[in-house]
Amino acid sequence: MAVGSAINPNDVLPSAGKVELLFFGQLKERLKCSKLSLEISQPLSISELKLKLVSQYPHWQPWLEERELLAALNQTMSSSDEIVKVGDELAFFPPVTGG
Amino acid sequence: MSIHIQVQTDDFNVGDEHNTLCSNNKSDGAVVTFTGLVREFSSGDNVTALELEHYPGMTEQLLQSIAEQAQTRWQLARICIIHRVGYLALGEQIVFVGVTSRHRQAGFEGAQFIMDYLKNHATFWKKEHFKDSSNWVEFKQSDKQALGKWEK
Repeated sequence: MAVGSAINPNDVLPSAGKVELLFFGQLKERLKCSKLSLEISQPLSISELKLKLVSQYPHWQPWLEERELLAALNQTMSSSDEIVKVGDELAFFPPVTGG
Repeated sequence: MSIHIQVQTDDFNVGDEHNTLCSNNKSDGAVVTFTGLVREFSSGDNVTALELEHYPGMTEQLLQSIAEQAQTRWQLARICIIHRVGYLALGEQIVFVGVTSRHRQAGFEGAQFIMDYLKNHATFWKKEHFKDSSNWVEFKQSDKQALGKWEK
């Protein structure tokens, strides 16, 4: 078997494709949107992805730039510098109020 | 050690959950349970119902993780967390946390730890419905402060 023939997931995943976005709580209501497939041409940080969203939906800017807005990448709480890749699930929502 | 997590629209029976925590359990001397009820957040505004939304999948993972953290800090043999979603009327049961332990202190502290972390981290959002309007409930700073005692 040839050395280096193992499949590298980074080679298989295309850099361009879709990210699944989810919105919850008051944010969902303000955006009038609960989910959205966003096309990206390269991996982006969460904050870069937010800017891309604002460029496509300018009227979302005040809600997406709320200081207290939280993000979860693939169902894990994430900071704005984490990198989003094709096939990822990214959710935005306000502070939680359960219990 | 066992952990039972459930997010559901249906009501739950505290007696049944208590019995499950106790049955075939000869090593634990304490069962501590907490039941949360729907109450009015805005006084004098005639709340008609509460609506609860959550992030399916992430919520269950978070509750599992909170229960596992509690088991690393205290000897809690059994943990049950039930949280309801959907439309709930005032006075209805909304959340149940039950734990078993050898002695009472671990049970009291463990149950309180779980509720404090659930309030701050579990992906639920509440909306109050009035006769002609509705209002999203805001996060309370006092819930955040409650975490302080566990982070020392």
